[in-house]
Amino acid sequence: MVITALSFIMMVSTVWSGTLEDIQKKGFLTCGISEGVPGFSIPDSTGQWKGFDVDMARAVAAAVLSDPQKIKFVSLASKQKIIAVSSGQVDLTSRTTTWTLKRDAKQGVDFTKIVFYDGQGFMISKSLGVDSATKIDGATVCVTAGTTSELNLADFARANGLKIEALVFDGKKEALNAYATGRCDCFTTDVSQLASLRTTLAKPEDHQIMPEVISKEPLAPLVRHGDNQWKDIVTWVINGLIAAEENGITAANVLEKKETSNNPVVQRMLGKSGDTGSYLGLDADWLVRAIQAVGNYGEIYDRHFGPSTKLNIPRGVNKLWTQGGLQYALPIR
Amino acid sequence: MKLPVFLFSKSTMTTLTLQAAVIGIIFYAAHGLLVNTQANLEARNIASGFGFLSLESGMPISNSLLPYSPADSYGFAFFIGIINTLYVAFLGIILATLLGILIGVARVSGNWLISKLAEIYVEVLRNVPLLLVLFFTYSIALAALPIPKKSLMPFQGFFLNNRGIYLPRPIPESGFLIVCLAVLTGIVAAFLIHWYATRLHRETGRIIPSFTIGVTAMVTIPAIAWWVTGGPLAWEFAVLKGFNFTGGLVIRPEFSALMTGLVLYTAAFIGENVRSGIQSVATGQINSSKALGLPAGLTMRKVILPQALRVIIPATTNDYTSLVKNSSLAVAIGYPDMVSIGGTIIGQNDQAIEVIAMWMGVYMTINLIVSIIMNWLNARVQHIGR
Repeated sequence: MVITALSFIMMVSTVWSGTLEDIQKKGFLTCGISEGVPGFSIPDSTGQWKGFDVDMARAVAAAVLSDPQKIKFVSLASKQKIIAVSSGQVDLTSRTTTWTLKRDAKQGVDFTKIVFYDGQGFMISKSLGVDSATKIDGATVCVTAGTTSELNLADFARANGLKIEALVFDGKKEALNAYATGRCDCFTTDVSQLASLRTTLAKPEDHQIMPEVISKEPLAPLVRHGDNQWKDIVTWVINGLIAAEENGITAANVLEKKETSNNPVVQRMLGKSGDTGSYLGLDADWLVRAIQAVGNYGEIYDRHFGPSTKLNIPRGVNKLWTQGGLQYALPIR
Repeated sequence: MKLPVFLFSKSTMTTLTLQAAVIGIIFYAAHGLLVNTQANLEARNIASGFGFLSLESGMPISNSLLPYSPADSYGFAFFIGIINTLYVAFLGIILATLLGILIGVARVSGNWLISKLAEIYVEVLRNVPLLLVLFFTYSIALAALPIPKKSLMPFQGFFLNNRGIYLPRPIPESGFLIVCLAVLTGIVAAFLIHWYATRLHRETGRIIPSFTIGVTAMVTIPAIAWWVTGGPLAWEFAVLKGFNFTGGLVIRPEFSALMTGLVLYTAAFIGENVRSGIQSVATGQINSSKALGLPAGLTMRKVILPQALRVIIPATTNDYTSLVKNSSLAVAIGYPDMVSIGGTIIGQNDQAIEVIAMWMGVYMTINLIVSIIMNWLNARVQHIGR
């Protein structure tokens, strides 16, 4: 039904004007978000969306609208996440979406900057006594429709000569529920999401995530194809959050750094010198506001996945490149 | 020729002009929609056309009636979905009809308890959304049954667990063809007997127990063939191997839940059609047939049913087409029907317009066929004026 509605929108909407102008005119950002994955995006007890993906969107809203709260979140099922962007239903999707060639080139969307390097894994009940994904021959695996996980699973089975029965559900909740009731032996999705969804099971300690990572899942926010200015803004806000961590700028000290730092890199980033904001069609303080709103990349990560959280996902390859990870900000100048 | 005069009459001209204008506007709007869609798709670099159907799908499908692998094309995957939808629709219609007749007859039963129970059944199922019924049947199927290692075994070779119902799979051996032919012969014989009995009745008024003789023929002829060929059927039993049972015939819980939900739900509506059909027959008709000394069974078959069917069939046609359309809710409980598989194809290719057009085309074709058959049936039971 949603898809029908979307394709109808696609039929009647005319040529795009600039997304930035649209957002500034309507006064809020429309952002596609998950159906509820702890750590990435889930509503808290007051109905406020919280999470890593949410903070990325809030940073963009802070940069563009000077207010991280001016976002209308739209919860999207996996199947809808691309089409919602390409049809213009949302300005931005920040929703654990894997960057692939086909999506980038053929589905009317552009990816911005990788916010999370992930990989697909398997969760299994400990009571089955299986410790490796290569030993799941004959198993039934629950998976969500329209995801790369669904395709990777089929690839993995074929490549390893395993006979796996995939049970495909429209929604993540239904798939996880089928796993929880024992309809499936395994549940598969990105490892980070497994860690997250495991905390929602009745007895998380009864389930283990097997060591094999069977795919590369670079997760990035996406915007629709064809509006380069808007794509640049989202891309560089995320670059700015990573650069902030590289330079020790935090939500708490960003204003102080702007005034006191002698580092020309920091001065350019924070609009003290140069005019990076104008290149994007924004004002000089764009990145200051983003960092004030959500902190730097490391702060965001720790807030949602760090050791003090229930999820406790080690940073691994998502560390800064200076610490042996893959997160690397492009030069802001 | 009368036509020119008719055309030049003033009011006819106005009507024709108006109609032409309306058609023109519709075509203009459709054209605009098409051009605009194409322009938007191009502007957004989204592929269009049906070329994607020949690409390798890469997606897994559980519950396939035909051999399928992820190496097959999107087109074939969609075809598997159509087969699954047809399978559910066909079986669903048959089972819902049987249960519906039962419910309908129970509703008009003189037995207070039976008619009350049927009424409660109808009221409960008719007034609950089908999606909830499906969630309910699916969670029952999963929650009530054990995991494979603790399977229930009601009979030797039959297993029940939350992965499905496992039955022995029949494997034909040499000579099985003869048994098949014997079954066919039995059916033909039964038809011939029925035809002969009808003629005999019409010409001489004599009644022979054609039904009993027919059934006997249908049972005994294959039974003799079975006995002569020495029972040419082997059974393959399901065996627990690793995570799951392998071998045997398996009915998946997604299918059972969908089927149960659809049948229970639709039977409530069909039951009401049957009840209204039976009640539409004038009591005078029933009294007359009693007065003529017809037994109750014959009254039902020869007097009530032919007249009731005139009311039952048109309403039931609607319920059949609804059942076909409702089967698309399968997507909610993981049964890979056409909509579920098409949805995945949209997710992978983003060619929503093409896939939606295919969905609509298939549902329309199925339902038109259902309607044609039902209209033919309806024409046959209508009162023929003399």
